[in-house]
Amino acid sequence: MRYCLYDLVPFEQRKKVKRKDKSFHLSFPKKERDPQTKRSDIQKKITDAFEVFDHECNKTVDVREIGTIIRSLGCCPSEGELHDMLAEVSSLPFVIFSSILKFTKALIFSLLCRRPEYRPIPEDVLLRAFEVLDVNKCGHLTKEELVKYMTEEGEPFTQEEMEEMLSAAVDPETNTVRYKDYITMMVVDEN
Amino acid sequence: MFKTLLYVIWDGFLNLASHISGECPNQCALGYSQVSALFGSVLHVTAFKAAVLIQRWYRRYVARLEMRRRCTWRIFQSIEYSCEQDQIKLHNFFSYLMDHFTPSSSKERDFISRMLTEEESYKDTELEKLCDYQSVEVPDSYVGPHLSFPLLPDHATALVEAFKQKQQLHAHYVLKLLHETRRHLMQLPNISYVSTCYSEEITICGDLHGRLDDLFLIFYKNGLPSPEKSYVFNGDFVDRGKQSIEILIILFAFLLVYPKEVHLNRGNHEDHMVNLRYGFTKEVMQKYKVHGKKILKMLQNVFCWLPLATLIDQKVLVLHGGVSDATDLELLAKIERHKFVSVLRGKKRKEKSRPMESKVTNGESLPRSSSFPGSCFHPGFANAASTSSRTELSQWVRQSVQEELEKCRRQVGFRETQGDEDLTCVSSVTMTELELESCGTSESSHEEWKQIVDILWSDPVPQEGCQMNTVRGGGCYFGPDVTEKILQKHSLQFLIRSHECKQEGYEFCHNRKVLTIFSASNYYEVGSNRGAYVKLGPDLIPHFVQYQANKTAHTLTMRQRISRVEESAFRALREKLFAHTSDLICRFKVYDRDDTGNITLSDWATAVESVLHLGLPWRMLRPQLVRSTAAGMLEYKSWLDDLAVEQRSKEHIQSSLLEIIYRNRSNLETIFRIIDSDHSGLISFEEFHHTWRLFSSHMNIELTDDGISDLARSIDFNKDGNIDFNEFLEAFRLIEQSPGDDKTVALTTPHCRDGS
Repeated sequence: MRYCLYDLVPFEQRKKVKRKDKSFHLSFPKKERDPQTKRSDIQKKITDAFEVFDHECNKTVDVREIGTIIRSLGCCPSEGELHDMLAEVSSLPFVIFSSILKFTKALIFSLLCRRPEYRPIPEDVLLRAFEVLDVNKCGHLTKEELVKYMTEEGEPFTQEEMEEMLSAAVDPETNTVRYKDYITMMVVDEN
Repeated sequence: MFKTLLYVIWDGFLNLASHISGECPNQCALGYSQVSALFGSVLHVTAFKAAVLIQRWYRRYVARLEMRRRCTWRIFQSIEYSCEQDQIKLHNFFSYLMDHFTPSSSKERDFISRMLTEEESYKDTELEKLCDYQSVEVPDSYVGPHLSFPLLPDHATALVEAFKQKQQLHAHYVLKLLHETRRHLMQLPNISYVSTCYSEEITICGDLHGRLDDLFLIFYKNGLPSPEKSYVFNGDFVDRGKQSIEILIILFAFLLVYPKEVHLNRGNHEDHMVNLRYGFTKEVMQKYKVHGKKILKMLQNVFCWLPLATLIDQKVLVLHGGVSDATDLELLAKIERHKFVSVLRGKKRKEKSRPMESKVTNGESLPRSSSFPGSCFHPGFANAASTSSRTELSQWVRQSVQEELEKCRRQVGFRETQGDEDLTCVSSVTMTELELESCGTSESSHEEWKQIVDILWSDPVPQEGCQMNTVRGGGCYFGPDVTEKILQKHSLQFLIRSHECKQEGYEFCHNRKVLTIFSASNYYEVGSNRGAYVKLGPDLIPHFVQYQANKTAHTLTMRQRISRVEESAFRALREKLFAHTSDLICRFKVYDRDDTGNITLSDWATAVESVLHLGLPWRMLRPQLVRSTAAGMLEYKSWLDDLAVEQRSKEHIQSSLLEIIYRNRSNLETIFRIIDSDHSGLISFEEFHHTWRLFSSHMNIELTDDGISDLARSIDFNKDGNIDFNEFLEAFRLIEQSPGDDKTVALTTPHCRDGS
C-alpha cells in the first residue's frame, strides 16, 4: 500500500471521482476565496448598481443619482461628504460611469471596507441618537419635535423627505414617534 | 441629580463622537461650572450630531428603497418584453406549420385550418347577416341600460353610471353599438385633424388596457367629453385589464354622441390576434357566453376601421407606437386601413409579402389545396427561381384557381370580394395567383403594411438610427434623428405616443420632441406606476395630470408600496426561474465541477443571465432570491428545490414536462384559443394530442405519447372526450393575490407574467 497526500485528507472529505483513465481525482475542501476574487466581486456589484440607474443604456448616470447609488451599496456618507466626492468627479450633469468607475470603485471599495464612519449605522447608535434628541427622556418624540430637528438641525430634510419619514414613523393614535419601535421596524425591513 | 443627568448626556455625546470620528473618547474631568457653561452649547452640538446621524441613516435607507424599486421595475419590464418574444415564437410556429405541414387526414386538415382563422373585412350587408342584433332578444328581466339610436348624450352618461354600478350592457345593444360605430368610423380619414380653436383644450389619454377605474378617474378629474371638452384616446383600450369591453362601449358611445370632439386612434392591441393572447377574447367570451363570438367578429371589423393617427393644429402628431424612417404621412393618409384587420398575420408571412390573407375554413375547399403540390403553402413560392417557370406555373395555377373559386362561391354563397384588384382574396389559392400576376402591387401592399406596423409597434430609443424592433417582433426602434427628420418633413412640433408603461405616467425623450403618455396606473401591480393624461391648449404647451386609481395605494407608505410591488415582481421572476430549472442546473454544474451544490455569487449571476437572458442586475437581486452561506457561497440545489415546491404542481407529472408547460404556457393558451373556434373553452382530446405533438416537434421538445397521456389524465375531463382547457391552464398558474385584496388569495389572471 502506498501512502500519498490523499491519506492526509480526512476521510469524510475524501471524494473520489472516476475518470476515463480510471485514476482518482483528489478533491480538497474549497479554499476561502482569495482577495482578488473578492475585490472583483465587489467591483461587479458596483457596476451592477450603476447599471440599474443607466436609463439610456449608454454607460452614463445622472450625477444627481450617484448619491443614491452609493448609499444603496451600503455606505452612509453625509450630504457634505457626498458633495465633496462629486465635486472631485465631475461638473457635468451626467457622469460617464465607466470612466469615473475607476475612481469611484476605489472610493467605494474603501468606503465599504475600511472607513468605519461610512459603514451602516448600527441599531444601538441610532437609538442613542434618538435618545439625545428626546430631551425629556419619555421614550418618544412628538411629531413637531422630530420635524424641528430634521428640518432645522444637521443636514436638513426636504419637505418630501420629511413627509415620507413622518408617514411611517408617526403613530397615528398618539401622534408621536415611538422611536424604538420605529427603528426596529425599519431594521427588520432592511433585512 | 442634575450632575448625573449632565454626566449621562456627556457620556452619550462622547460615545456618539467616538462613533463619528473614530477616536477614543477623552476621559477628562470637567469642572461643574465649565460643564454648566458648556451645557447649552454641548446640547446644541449634540443635537446637531444626532440629527446628522439620523439623517444619514434615513437617506441611506431611502436610497436602498429606490434601488429596490428600480430593480423591481426592471424585472417587470424585462418579463413583459420576454412575453412579447413568445409572440414571435408563436408566429414562427405558424410559419413552420405552413411551410412544412401537409395535412394527412381530413381531420388534421380541419384542425390546421381552424388554427389559421379566417379574417376578412366584410361589407355592411354581410356583416349584418353574420352579426345581426335583431335576432338577439333583450329579455324583460334585463336591468341594465337600454340604448336607442341615434345616441344621445344622456345615453352615454347613463352607460358610465351603469358601469359604475357594475352592470353589463346586453349583447343586443353591444352589437347595435358596434354596427353604428363601424358605420361612423368608415367615414373618417386615416388621420384625424383636430384644431384647438374649437375647444379650449384637448386632452390626450394613453393606454388604458381595460382599466375602467382609470377611465372613471380621468372623467372625474377632467370631465366627461362634451362640446367644450375634446379628447383623444391613443389606442390600446383593451387587453390585460378586466373591463376592456366596458371601456370600448363607453368610448364608442361618446364617439357617436360627440363625433367632433372625441377621437380614437388604433393601438397595437386593437387586433384580434393580440387579443387572443392578452385576455380580451377571454373576457368577452366570459361576459357574453352566447353572443360573444358575434361580438368578437364584429369587433374585428370595427378595429380595422379605427383611424391611425391624429394631427393637432397641424403641429402635433398623436399616434400609438411611434415612427420609422420610412414613415410618410401622405402615404398613410391614402392607405385603405380597413384591409389590415390584423397586422400580425402579415408579419408571419413576410416572405410572401402579403399583408392580409384568409383561409377558407370551409373544410371542403382545402382538400383541393392538398392535392396541389405542397408548394402552394410554401412561402417561397412567389420568389421561385426563374420567371419562365413562374409563368408556366401561373397559368396552371390560374386555371385550377378559377375552378376552385367557382366551386367555393357556389358552396359558400356570400363570400364576395371587396372589388379591389390587388388585395382581395378568398382562398390562399387565389392569393398565390394574384401574387404571381402582380408582383408590383404586392410590393406596395407590403409597404403599406410596414407603414401601419411601424406606426403601431415602434419604440423610441436614445441611440440614433432605425433598427428593427426585435423584442416586439414588429415595428422598429427609432432614434432622435428619425424623429427630427419626420418632424421637419411635415413641419411638426412634437410627437405624442403611448405603447410603453412609464413610472410617472408620462415621459419625454428625444430632447422633448417625443412624449410618451400612459394612462393605466398600477399597470404591473398596485402601486407600480402612476397614470397620466396631457392637456394641450392653443399654445401647444403640455400640461400633465397624474393619478393613481386605487385607494389602497394612497394609504400605503412608500415602503409598503414598494414592498408589495417587489413581492409581485419576484414571484414572477421565481416562476421564470423554475421554468428553466434543468437548464440552470446544467449551467451551475459547469461552475461547480466538484458537485458540492455551492456556487459563487459571480458564477451564479453569470449562469442565470446566460439561461434567462433578461438583462437584470442579478447581484442586486440576489438577496431576495437565494440565501448565501456564511462563506459567501450560494446553495443552488436546495434553492432550486425550494422553487419547485413553491410552484403549485401536480405530483404525478414529471418535472421536465412541468417546466415545458410553464415555459410555453402563454403560447399554448393562444393556440388552444385559436383551435377552440366556437369559444366554448373545450377542445377534444384528439385536438389536444395534435396540438402537443405539433408544438413539441416544432419546439424540439422531447415528449412521449405517454407523457401526453399522463398530462391528460391529470385533467378532469368529461367522459365525452373534451378537455376544459381553462381548467388545465388554471392548474398551472400560481395562486396569487388579486390587486386590492390584502389577505385573500384567489386565482386570477396574471397581468404581467405571460401577458394574458
